[in-house]
Amino acid sequence: MTPLDALARDAAALGGGTIRAAAAPGAAEDEVARQMQICNACRYCEGFCAVFPAMTRRLEFPKADVHFLANLCHNCGACLYACQYAPPHEFAVNVPQAMAKVRLHTYADYAWPAPLGALYRRNGLALSLALAAALTLFLALAAAWQGTLWAAPAAGSFYAIFPHDFMVGLFAPVFVFAVLALGLGVARFWRDVDPGAPGSAALAEAGANALALKYLDGGHGEGCNNEDDAWTLARRRFHHLTFYGFLLCFAATSVAALYHIAFGWHAPYDVTSLPKLLGLSGGAALVVGTLGLLRLNLTRDPRQGDIAQRPMDRGFTALLLLVALSGLLLAFLRDSHALATLLAVHLGAVMALFATMPYGKFAHGFYRSAALLKWAIEKRQPNPLQLGDE
Amino acid sequence: MAPKLVAPRLRCPPGGAQSGAGLMPLDVLVVGGGNAALCAALTARAAGASVLMLEAAPREWRGGNSQHTRNLRCMHDAAEDVLTDAYPEEEFWQDLLKVTGGQTNEALARLVIRESSRCRHWMRHHGVHFQPSLSGTLHLSRTNAFFMGGGKALVNAYYRSAAALGVQVRYEAPVAHLEFDGARFVAAHLSGGERIEARACVVASGGFESNREWLREAWGCNERGEWPADQFAIRGTRFNRGVLLQDLLAHGADAVGDATQAHMVAIDARAPLYDGGICTRVDCVSLGIMVNRDGARFYDEGEDFWPKRYAIWGRLVALQPGQLGHSIIDAKAVGRFMPPVFRGAQASTLEDLARQLDLPEAAFLKTVHEFNAACRVGRFDHAVLDDCHTEGLAPAKTHWALPIDTPPYFGYTLKPGVTFTYLGVKVDEHAAVHFGGKPSENLFAAGEVMAGNVLGKGYTAGVGMTIGTVFGRIAGASAAAIVREGLRDAA
Repeated sequence: MTPLDALARDAAALGGGTIRAAAAPGAAEDEVARQMQICNACRYCEGFCAVFPAMTRRLEFPKADVHFLANLCHNCGACLYACQYAPPHEFAVNVPQAMAKVRLHTYADYAWPAPLGALYRRNGLALSLALAAALTLFLALAAAWQGTLWAAPAAGSFYAIFPHDFMVGLFAPVFVFAVLALGLGVARFWRDVDPGAPGSAALAEAGANALALKYLDGGHGEGCNNEDDAWTLARRRFHHLTFYGFLLCFAATSVAALYHIAFGWHAPYDVTSLPKLLGLSGGAALVVGTLGLLRLNLTRDPRQGDIAQRPMDRGFTALLLLVALSGLLLAFLRDSHALATLLAVHLGAVMALFATMPYGKFAHGFYRSAALLKWAIEKRQPNPLQLGDE
Repeated sequence: MAPKLVAPRLRCPPGGAQSGAGLMPLDVLVVGGGNAALCAALTARAAGASVLMLEAAPREWRGGNSQHTRNLRCMHDAAEDVLTDAYPEEEFWQDLLKVTGGQTNEALARLVIRESSRCRHWMRHHGVHFQPSLSGTLHLSRTNAFFMGGGKALVNAYYRSAAALGVQVRYEAPVAHLEFDGARFVAAHLSGGERIEARACVVASGGFESNREWLREAWGCNERGEWPADQFAIRGTRFNRGVLLQDLLAHGADAVGDATQAHMVAIDARAPLYDGGICTRVDCVSLGIMVNRDGARFYDEGEDFWPKRYAIWGRLVALQPGQLGHSIIDAKAVGRFMPPVFRGAQASTLEDLARQLDLPEAAFLKTVHEFNAACRVGRFDHAVLDDCHTEGLAPAKTHWALPIDTPPYFGYTLKPGVTFTYLGVKVDEHAAVHFGGKPSENLFAAGEVMAGNVLGKGYTAGVGMTIGTVFGRIAGASAAAIVREGLRDAA
């Protein structure tokens, strides 16, 4: 760990930040290693997900392996309720919680550039500051350029408020940086337990597992846990709405960019146009998905996962909701006096989302996909252990 | 038949049944909160009876020993879902006959075996999921259906189903004794003094393995002046104190089995006193040697495959001085057995290992050297009964005998761990408890408290859950039928 990292961790602890720092460096990883030693002698949970089959290929759990397993864990909760060693048992096994705590360290420790990894520990603060700054920027610019925030622009054109080139010039570098930072972080994560090059079967399997959220199905298809030991498919479904809603919105923007650059077709587009259809359906899915996820997050059993990270989860989900809601409203209030304000809010929210992308909840999808691919490769290799039939 | 089934359900709607002093008398009282109790409660409730379950444990410890289980043994005539090949009735029966040495009731055993083929559909209906045999348990893929997530997941599913069906459950409700009118059950008295009447009762309250005093008395004092049972760990719940078993026997219920018979495994001596469950077992015995406190070997570690032999070592260790055994392996065994939950003592010399394990050094070294010298190494193969054996050594090691000569050396100190006791009450094919050779008309038993009828001694994996599931369902159906008959007669 870098000294800066340690300082940030201490500062977060002293400041009573939203994320409680681990008691000692590596304590979160040590706790997973301790629990895995118990799980490896039990193995009842093998059918739930990929974490336990991956565990059975190991006898020791050094740090890199712990990070791999932690990111393979989808925090579905199944193994907590099934565990004969869960608290109040003295073995105090709570795999979803221990894994969640390590995941925060994954995001922070593998982050690029490294000093920015500390942002995870004060994620609520980072997110709020980013949002406030982005909103202020766009509102101020709109007011300055328009003279007022309350005027219907000519022909309902966004570009009348913020010129096209200005938006591209602002968003493109931030987005490119986000992708680069996430990519470099995940690349470092990949090299730590390098399973070798993926074959096409492994790629296909990992892709399918990620896109279908296979490991939120409980291993039996009836879903994962939220409030208690009962299964629910709600988490999987709302996550799907959120993820695919986001992808549709992203696709809408990409298609629009293509129209603009390649064909010279400038916005605003018709309601029946492809960017509009993608954007409207994506926005609606995103609103429903994030509202569902927020409700599930609020009702989730506090023993599931790391409760200290819930502000990060909720902040990210709420930001997505803000992006989706403001985007939808823009489509319907194009001729309204509120357009300039609304556009500034939407762009501010999108900017905050992009800017915090590599240092917030968004990263979970990248590290988890990488872990799924590692597992898909590893499981195709011969087991290094030849444990006898017990 | 059908209209009569409906009547009691209307009388006691789900959740509206009264326990104890309420207006509506309770139909079926189930004492216990594990697999057998749940199977009885679910079956009785589905048959229309109002049902109250009394679980002695608080909610977080509910489920008795069932929370530590992982599968049940099932007869099947062809490959079915998670089970491979066939496991016909006769083979199951022969397996049972062999492990019990004939201490079984063939009629009841065959009933259990036949019904075991019909359990899984019902279990799935109540939310239990199955999975193929776990890694390291390939030998059970044909005979045993594994619960996805293990026994606690099964127990959770049953409790959810019970809640949905309107079975009432009370936690922290230990029963102190039952009230009888002859052999007829009248009411249960809780430890807190509350009296609960019911038309019928199912006792599924487990064995007595967590009653230290009873275990101590049953095992007695040995020739060395030791009380062996004082050293036993209990692998399961601390709530199986045998209160109801003692009460039933005191009321004249017929007993089966012997108080010293139990499923006993040699487990890591650092295991918790209760609820250590499966992970405290140490599976390297057949890969090395086992010595006692005096540094001497005492049994053939390679007699047979470990899955067939692990359950004899609890008793073997219980007979040793101090009730301790030390499993000794060298570096060659690492990675060849299921990883144990606790790390073993590790040393680069046998002398150091002896010191760490508190063994008399000279005697231990002599044992190892004699063993090493006696090894006739052929082709080592842990997957078959190989030809690596000892010559001129007593006791011999008949398979997998490799010299202990490659550091680092590892040692695991083991002590007896009791899974469950076999002493129980005699029942008939309706699960009715027998008093003086005659079945009670409204008192039934299921699970560990009667498992000794089928399993008088020995063990074969998953048979406890099979007995509990089959007799739980029988007891629940019998209790509901008695209630129905009583109501019909009254009408």
